[in-house]
Amino acid sequence: MTTTLDPTPLAGPDRPPGRTTDRVFRTVVFLAGALVLIILALIAYTLLQASLPVLRSTGLDYVTSDLWDPSKAAFGTLAFTYGTVVSSLIALVLAVPVSVGIALFTTEVAPQWLRKPIVYLVDLLAAVPSVVYGLWGVLVLAPALTGFYQNWHDLFSGVPGLGTLFDGAPISGRSFMTAGLILAIMITPIVTSIARETFATVPQSAKDAAHALGATRWEMIRASVFPHSRSGLVAGILIGLGRALGETIAVALVIGASPHISGRLFSSGYSLAAVIANDFGEAQGDWKSALIGMGVVVFVLTFVVGIVARTYVARVERRVAGEA
Amino acid sequence: MQGSRARMLVPLVLTLGLVATACGSSSSSTNKGSGNGSSSTTAPAAKLAATTLNGSGSTFQQAFDETVIQEFTAQQPSVTITYAGGGSGQGQTDLQGGLKQWIGTDSLVKPEDVAKYKGPFLYFPTVAAPITISYNLSAVKDLKLSADTIAKIFEGQIKTWDDAAIKADNPSASLPSTGITVAHRAEPSGTTANFTKYLTLAAPTAWTLGTDKTVAWPSGQQAGNANSGVAQIVHDTNGAIGYVDYSDAKAAGLVFASIKNAGGKYVAPSLESATAALAGATVAADLTYNPLNAAGAAAYPITSPTFVMVYASQPDPAVRAALKAFLGYMLGDGQQSAKSVDFAGLPDSILTKAKAQIAKIGA
Repeated sequence: MTTTLDPTPLAGPDRPPGRTTDRVFRTVVFLAGALVLIILALIAYTLLQASLPVLRSTGLDYVTSDLWDPSKAAFGTLAFTYGTVVSSLIALVLAVPVSVGIALFTTEVAPQWLRKPIVYLVDLLAAVPSVVYGLWGVLVLAPALTGFYQNWHDLFSGVPGLGTLFDGAPISGRSFMTAGLILAIMITPIVTSIARETFATVPQSAKDAAHALGATRWEMIRASVFPHSRSGLVAGILIGLGRALGETIAVALVIGASPHISGRLFSSGYSLAAVIANDFGEAQGDWKSALIGMGVVVFVLTFVVGIVARTYVARVERRVAGEA
Repeated sequence: MQGSRARMLVPLVLTLGLVATACGSSSSSTNKGSGNGSSSTTAPAAKLAATTLNGSGSTFQQAFDETVIQEFTAQQPSVTITYAGGGSGQGQTDLQGGLKQWIGTDSLVKPEDVAKYKGPFLYFPTVAAPITISYNLSAVKDLKLSADTIAKIFEGQIKTWDDAAIKADNPSASLPSTGITVAHRAEPSGTTANFTKYLTLAAPTAWTLGTDKTVAWPSGQQAGNANSGVAQIVHDTNGAIGYVDYSDAKAAGLVFASIKNAGGKYVAPSLESATAALAGATVAADLTYNPLNAAGAAAYPITSPTFVMVYASQPDPAVRAALKAFLGYMLGDGQQSAKSVDFAGLPDSILTKAKAQIAKIGA
């Protein structure tokens, strides 16, 4: 907010007409900006207020315990947090390379006439309602994947680490992995479009310079495009992660609704938002309060991810600036 | 789903068309006292004043409710009745808030929650239906299960189909060594509450997870949304077993097990065996009853009751008259329609008491 307006505005008929409009504009914009903060603060306050009863009765167990049994007043949410994080990470691992690939293809490789249709089709993915992804996931994808998961498991069953990772108890179509796959499809459009915008800002001169030095297309991309767009890419990934963390109904349908912490990607899990969707209609008292508290946990989770990513971007930018 | 929505639209459209013409005619359902004015089953009842009865709650009884709504509003076109589903808990919350005139519920109000209601309420038992134990084993056609075996399967202690406990129930069957995949409900549900209540009654030592709308299921099980979601898991997974209400299990083409009842007989789920379970149940003063694990040789032991709940005090005369007539229809002609949507009608012993209770609805 650095304003360099004249501190003593002209009065009377000499006053230029732009001044008033300027001030009105500034006030309106300021209010719009402040409104976001006010709404956020009110949401946080209401959620905390409504979740106080359960926080008071269960204390720290609310976030550190994985025992969830509303009928016995056990409200531990760790298994849900774990499921949210794991399914979102799977989604990132799968979606980011594909998205960056699509973005590079449409900005650097594809012939001009093909670029628009591809961009349009990818954006169309974002217009599909999430419940449609969920239903497709549970009715088509999950049954089809069970056999694939089984083969994958058999392939790696002897390998330490990977053997457990690609196991299930039992192997099922409704699992962390299926949820991650669905989320990957859902976040691909947003990550792609931000990556594309970022790649488009790389100056032609930087690319020409790489080509002039005899770089191949891939070497040019590595030497000119990536360093220039690192912070933009991180921002895109971050927004994608934010969407994956909060996605509700698609995950609720395919993750399997089983509140357990397990390193087995092919077995059922649960996520914070999915529990809220499934239980809210029936929950009462402390149970309802526990569900609202999970809203706070998602809130904090997204916030922490945002801060970590922002610090990382700032550090990278400083290092890049130092090298130059 | 498309069909049921269209069905719900029918009364709405009919009413819109007829409200204008029926406005002038004053209703004649003012016979106070015996409260028996609506239970006549053949003569068309007097025309009711235009009003709307909104309902919500148990999805277990939804198919029955939608059928009787359609039939009743065809006779009483000036009355609009809706039923929004949402689950028993949702229905009870709606009634507490006074948002609905009637709600459906599979579970009874807990004593500590009674104070949340605006006044005294009444339970009307309407229909009942078996909860099936459906399974997917191509080789086994006629599975028999006892309560202890079911409890151990759903607790995850029995992991394969050729386990000794299952063999003991099925001495002649050739059971495969397939692993068992247990399917249960993802969201809190009255079906879960009644199924687990049955296990606490019939297998008190083997079943340790207690009874509620949701329990702490062991890891490694599958969960589906609504009865149809569980049915879908069982349908798609070789070696799966799950509890599904009768009409959804039939609609999904599932195979279900015969369950050993309190009399030691293995009984398959059917409308007849459910009615037999109702006959053996004792009805409390508030008309609640528990047919789970009922006595009687022909009784299917996992038979779930379901209720309609309304406030006893209905100050609006049009709503009061419509509510009484609608309940009368549910307990009268509606009982005949129950079978067509795979629900078991109530035995006369319960019906008589329920019809008599309609008189308790007053201003």
